[in-house]
Amino acid sequence: MDFGPFLLLALMEGTVTAAVLALTAVGLSLVFGVMRVVNVAHGEFFMLGAVVAWFVTQAIPGPPWVAFLSALVVAPVMVGAVALATDRLVLKRLNYDPEATIVATIGLLYILQQAALTFYGPDARPVPAPFTWRIQLPWFGWSGYKLFVIVAAVAVLLAVWRLMTHTKAGLVMRATQMDRDTARAFGIDTDRVNAGVFALGAGLAAVAAVLVVPISQAHYLMGADPLLLSFIVVIIGGLGSLRGTVVAALVIGLSDGVISVFFSPTLAKIIATLLVALVLVFRPQGLFGTKAP
Amino acid sequence: MAAVILTARGLTRHFGGLRAVDGVDFDLSQGEIHALIGPNGAGKTTFVSLLSGRMPAQSGTIALGGRDITRLSAHARVRAGIAYTFQITSIYPRLTAFDNVALAVQRQSPPDLHSATMAALSRTGLAERAQQIAGTLSYGHQRLLEIAMGLALSPRVLILDEPTQGLAASEIEGFKALIRALPPMTTVLLIEHNMEVVMDLADRITVLNFGRRLATGTPAEIRANPAVQAAYLGTPDAAA
Amino acid sequence: MNRAFALHLGVIVALLAANWLLPAYHHTNLARIMVMAVFAMGYNIAFGYTGLLSLGHALFFAAGMYATGMGISLLAIPTGPALLLGLLAGGAMAAAVGVLALRTGGVSFMIVTLMFAQAGYLTILYFGPVTGGDEGFVIDRAARAIGPIDLSADMPRYLSALTLFSAALLGHLALTRTAFGRSMIAMRENEERSRMLGYNPFTVKLTALALSGAYAGAAGAAFAVMFGYVGGSFAGVQYSILPLLYVLLGGAGTVLGPFVGALVMFYLIDLSSLITTATLFVTGAALLLIVIFAPKGLLGTVRDRWLTWLP
Repeated sequence: MDFGPFLLLALMEGTVTAAVLALTAVGLSLVFGVMRVVNVAHGEFFMLGAVVAWFVTQAIPGPPWVAFLSALVVAPVMVGAVALATDRLVLKRLNYDPEATIVATIGLLYILQQAALTFYGPDARPVPAPFTWRIQLPWFGWSGYKLFVIVAAVAVLLAVWRLMTHTKAGLVMRATQMDRDTARAFGIDTDRVNAGVFALGAGLAAVAAVLVVPISQAHYLMGADPLLLSFIVVIIGGLGSLRGTVVAALVIGLSDGVISVFFSPTLAKIIATLLVALVLVFRPQGLFGTKAP
Repeated sequence: MAAVILTARGLTRHFGGLRAVDGVDFDLSQGEIHALIGPNGAGKTTFVSLLSGRMPAQSGTIALGGRDITRLSAHARVRAGIAYTFQITSIYPRLTAFDNVALAVQRQSPPDLHSATMAALSRTGLAERAQQIAGTLSYGHQRLLEIAMGLALSPRVLILDEPTQGLAASEIEGFKALIRALPPMTTVLLIEHNMEVVMDLADRITVLNFGRRLATGTPAEIRANPAVQAAYLGTPDAAA
Repeated sequence: MNRAFALHLGVIVALLAANWLLPAYHHTNLARIMVMAVFAMGYNIAFGYTGLLSLGHALFFAAGMYATGMGISLLAIPTGPALLLGLLAGGAMAAAVGVLALRTGGVSFMIVTLMFAQAGYLTILYFGPVTGGDEGFVIDRAARAIGPIDLSADMPRYLSALTLFSAALLGHLALTRTAFGRSMIAMRENEERSRMLGYNPFTVKLTALALSGAYAGAAGAAFAVMFGYVGGSFAGVQYSILPLLYVLLGGAGTVLGPFVGALVMFYLIDLSSLITTATLFVTGAALLLIVIFAPKGLLGTVRDRWLTWLP
């Protein structure tokens, strides 16, 4: 394949990565923006979504798209429930203290990994795609399902955006993010907002995982990369800024795809992690954020 | 006329559109007790924050003992001889009163830290409470603790931000005696709302209003100044 | 103050006696625990005393481990100087990271240190041909000796671990008594106030972090020589979290806490692995339970309730 089509393929693959990454990162960004909590276990929520999707598709007979759609509904709900429980039982008790919550979410990370290891096992297993559709381009064939992933991710992101800007729930969330004390003074139950946001963030990660798992595989350690990448996206895009997160996801997803194809993926990751550190040191508000962390 | 120990020229600091401190010139004479008064929002705390280095000035210069300290960071200014006590008490609540003051005393590297610290505590009458956790002290005692820490630095200029706020009447008397004993070694600049304390203690008073220096003079001069009266009362009538 | 010194000396003496009293399995365990305790003590200096929650200490541990390991294996540096090199490497790495990371605070500081550590781990992988990557490399048994003392043999290993541990412990104890040690605590308790007492937050924190890195580097270096293995996994996130766990469990801000935490955690996992393979769960649950119910840790609670003189 010539360089041109090769680059096109890399960009298309990068767009898929960006789409999934945007969903995951938006979840993390919401949680940090509204709750001021850094959830180190966010990658594990992602992994949990993939693992639940595997169980669901195994359990439901019939055409694959039925099983897949069920997974798309069940996984976010279940993962959201786990998140809700974590918020009520752990985070709330710690009063959302920044250092304590990080330590607690590290503990959660280990527990969730262990749960997956125990009940799902150490192997990586594939999940069948809901449909097979081969798009034939002049230079190469591409999986139509990947196109569906992009479309679905965009749809969910638009839904989240609509939720944040056009509904009362979204207004309440944004108010809490802007000024927690004033929100409370206005009668907003910030604890309930926190619980809802934490569940929503986890649910988004789970949706992203369900979308991506037919393309990759479900494995109990698969949460590490999404966590790192989401962190990078959220920090560079600006903690708490949704638009920044999406733009950064696009940039990172595309460049990660392109760099990984042409250079060593390890080198790409090294550059990315150092970039995050330097952005935080020299431009803590990221590219779009308004509040410094 | 005593030598000038601290001067500010054209000191300015604004926050967005608000000119909190607007081109203030100020001279502090060596060994005096100087009070800084003015209505709420006049810029007093901002002004002393600029002097102490807690906040950088946007324009203007500050000199301590003839040396330009405008570019100096807060901790360097403390080492140069300026001590500052906070408007809202800022101590180490989880440490004992002794440990609080020791942190200030050890800056001087005394040969016997323990006795030097106890001496510093005694100056504000807190010697008996040395082992008490600072956060459990009464508000008045916490303010005294902060003053003790400021004094323990043996500063050339001690800046006190509303030091008597929250003190009982008897504690205020003790405080006044403490401050009167400081000159000429230490020069005192205090922000105060308690007019009785101001009139009793101050050698000179500066009045700030809307970020500008309105007047400077002896207590009698300030009391008689019609512009000052207008600023406080809103009318040109004389105050009692 | 005398009581404190006596207590710490007593711990060292007890560990010395244990050299002849412990069966072989526990003997080796304790040697390992003592080295990890030095690592945790270093972490305690940064976190427990100065309030710097770093998630990147694995980088300093690995810096010491690799400096010493590669120094011995690739550059044929004699063991003694190589160990010193490891200590210095850890301190230098911490200072370098600190110069950048200390421009931030709180959550950002945590993330920045995590990112630097991750980059370090990935760099070890990237230069796999030289470093051995994730698998690492083994240090020649012959090289694991200082003069006539063979550090790969049980008793010399234990006693040198004890020597390192004792130096670290007593050094840590002495540090808490100095003016600098108090200024570290001051930074943790109220940074703004400390600034207005004339303390320079940046230099205090940087010095604390560099010291912390030196401890971590020394532990990494000792680990490499005593157990003969250098590997990329020691630069991974796990090794940034372990010292945090040990310090939290044992009591942040206490001198003996890191050792207690390392000891208890080691045997907690050891004993639980007899009944279950879910050791990740034990670690996770321990973190959760400590941070919710006993944030002061074992010795921290003891100090709070009964022994207020415990440093």
